[in-house]
Amino acid sequence: MKRTILALVLAGSAVALAVPASAQVSEQVPPPRQSWSFAGLFGKYDEGQLQRGFKIYKEVCSNCHSMNLLSFRNLADPGGPGYTEAQAAAVAAEYKIKDLDDSGQPIERPGRLADHFPAPFPNEAAAKAANGGTAPPDMSTLAKARGYQRGFPWFVFDIFTQYQEQGPDYIHAILNGYKDAPKGFPLPPTGHYNEYFPGHAIAMPPPLQDGQVQFDDGSPATLAQYSKDVAAFLMWASEPHLTQRKRIGFQVMIFLIVLSGLLFFTKKKVWHDVEKPDELASGQDPAKTSI
Amino acid sequence: MSGSSTYQPQNGFMKWLERRLPIGGLIHSSFVAYPTPRNLNYWWTFGGILSFMLGVQMITGIILAMHYTPHVDMAFNSVEGIMRDVNYGWLLRYVHANGASMFFLAVYIHIFRGMYYGSYKEPREVLWILGVILYLLMMATGFMGYVLVWGQMSFWAATVITNLFSAIPGVGDAIVTWLWGGYAVGNPTLNRFYSLHYLLPFVIAGVVVLHVWALHVSGQNNPAGIEPKSSKDTVPFTPYATVKDSFMIGCFCILFAWFVFYIPNYLVHPDNYIPANPAVTPSEIVPEWYYLPFYAILRSIPNKLLGVCALFGSIAILAFLPWLDTSRVRSARYRPLYRQFFWLFVVAAVGLGWLGSKPPEGVYVILSRIFTVYYFAYFLIVLPLLGIFEKTKPLPNSISESVLGPRGA
Repeated sequence: MKRTILALVLAGSAVALAVPASAQVSEQVPPPRQSWSFAGLFGKYDEGQLQRGFKIYKEVCSNCHSMNLLSFRNLADPGGPGYTEAQAAAVAAEYKIKDLDDSGQPIERPGRLADHFPAPFPNEAAAKAANGGTAPPDMSTLAKARGYQRGFPWFVFDIFTQYQEQGPDYIHAILNGYKDAPKGFPLPPTGHYNEYFPGHAIAMPPPLQDGQVQFDDGSPATLAQYSKDVAAFLMWASEPHLTQRKRIGFQVMIFLIVLSGLLFFTKKKVWHDVEKPDELASGQDPAKTSI
Repeated sequence: MSGSSTYQPQNGFMKWLERRLPIGGLIHSSFVAYPTPRNLNYWWTFGGILSFMLGVQMITGIILAMHYTPHVDMAFNSVEGIMRDVNYGWLLRYVHANGASMFFLAVYIHIFRGMYYGSYKEPREVLWILGVILYLLMMATGFMGYVLVWGQMSFWAATVITNLFSAIPGVGDAIVTWLWGGYAVGNPTLNRFYSLHYLLPFVIAGVVVLHVWALHVSGQNNPAGIEPKSSKDTVPFTPYATVKDSFMIGCFCILFAWFVFYIPNYLVHPDNYIPANPAVTPSEIVPEWYYLPFYAILRSIPNKLLGVCALFGSIAILAFLPWLDTSRVRSARYRPLYRQFFWLFVVAAVGLGWLGSKPPEGVYVILSRIFTVYYFAYFLIVLPLLGIFEKTKPLPNSISESVLGPRGA
């Protein structure tokens, strides 16, 4: 058994040592770690937080950022922001969706549950032109498409502590990282200085300020609150089945540990007379000794 | 496939079938009565784990293929569709993606075990070479599977790796164009990678049959590195090896499930969640972790052609291992000097893996070069000479004696 444990530990560290941790080449200030409801073994999304995050997305982010892979129906999916289907349909109806009528003429109709979130710009060129030459990235997978290099030995520990929240930590840090550029910093005319952005010159102007979005649930209307809520919302947008994944994962782990335990004792029993060399050597019947 | 067929069909149908197609006897002699050395340790369970992983990859892969679209405009979104809208699609994809890593982890342990105990030596050379072929096929399959996701890393890894062939003098560029099916990595490239990614696992399965066949002809090596002499030295495959393998597969699945359910994106570069964009080069291009040692070897040599030669040479050299190692003693247990060089080799291989993920500058380049030199020196200088100069420890008379001491002999 000791050997098995050793084998597994070695196996784990072998993967770890050879891992290209998520990385950006240029010097990057590591974002401060936040505590997230969806981190850890029993992590799950906080419905209230996702609803607040969605409000911020709807009122602020979506003016420039698309979220092409999500549909309005996703708002009512289990493990998500927890809207009812009627509420999600009501959200959809607020949007105007480009479509064709029965005679093939272009029309605009209210959105339905099955529609995708409409993009703010008709194409990438338009998005670039309206944003100083840099198209705002699509937000569907943004929280998984961002990260930072953990470096040795932290990336080894991350296997065991299951730290997977580099993306939301990074997004949260960016939203809080706008500062005046230090003297002599060569900031391009369309750039904004951000402590946590690789290279520090980010094209996006500071998107959120205190008081910009009002919440119904009495949460403070502050940047600190906004940045956490919207980062959590983007994590959900990237990984909508996380809650289900972690719940099933725990069940699978219990099953596998019990199964392996039973297999271990079965193995012990089967190998008993082969693994009792001393009894064999002294002429005892190994089947009569205990395992 | 070998061994005494003591198979006695139990029921009427099996008796009828056995006279016409003796498949029952084949399975019985290969997986039931097949004698395995009694002293095999847990490092010998990785063959079973690898067979299990091949099955997992094929089953999840075939189902994923039902939902995937191999087209440059749709591939990324179809993968995201699997993650979002296919029932348990996230599970299938995370099992398949992390399964590839687990497959490679198991194969690396399997290879190092073979090297430590001298499993490649006479009469197991063909068995070993089939293993090297399997490893090569796995690398090709894994690489093409990574490209199918069609994220930024997929696209740029495909560009970098296929470009390696442009180092071939004279015809290099023509070969690269032929591989791409165009003048850049594009839709034809994605389509052929998809086709081959579906084909190669079946080729792997075929070579696995040959690998197991060769294994069952020569019999398994064992930690003592001596051949079984009597039935006291062996136990039947079933139940002894089957239950031991099952236990270890269970343990391996715990590690596997940890990755799938809790850290599914740990081994993924974040850039691969950005759709492929030929107009934007990522700030760094790194391959999957299991190629990193070879990537480090490639980059440690300043000349492109020589670097590519070293890259392919570092894998090809494995096939010659049975003849490069001149020692007649198999197991490192009885080779005190070899053991030290072996562990240094492990350090060099893992070290190269770490260096492959680092930018090629400063001390990283120097370290890569030192490890690369040792990697080749291990095969070309250390192993041939050790066999001549090393004073090995006395071998036990039999496997039973090695387990039980002199009393058991």
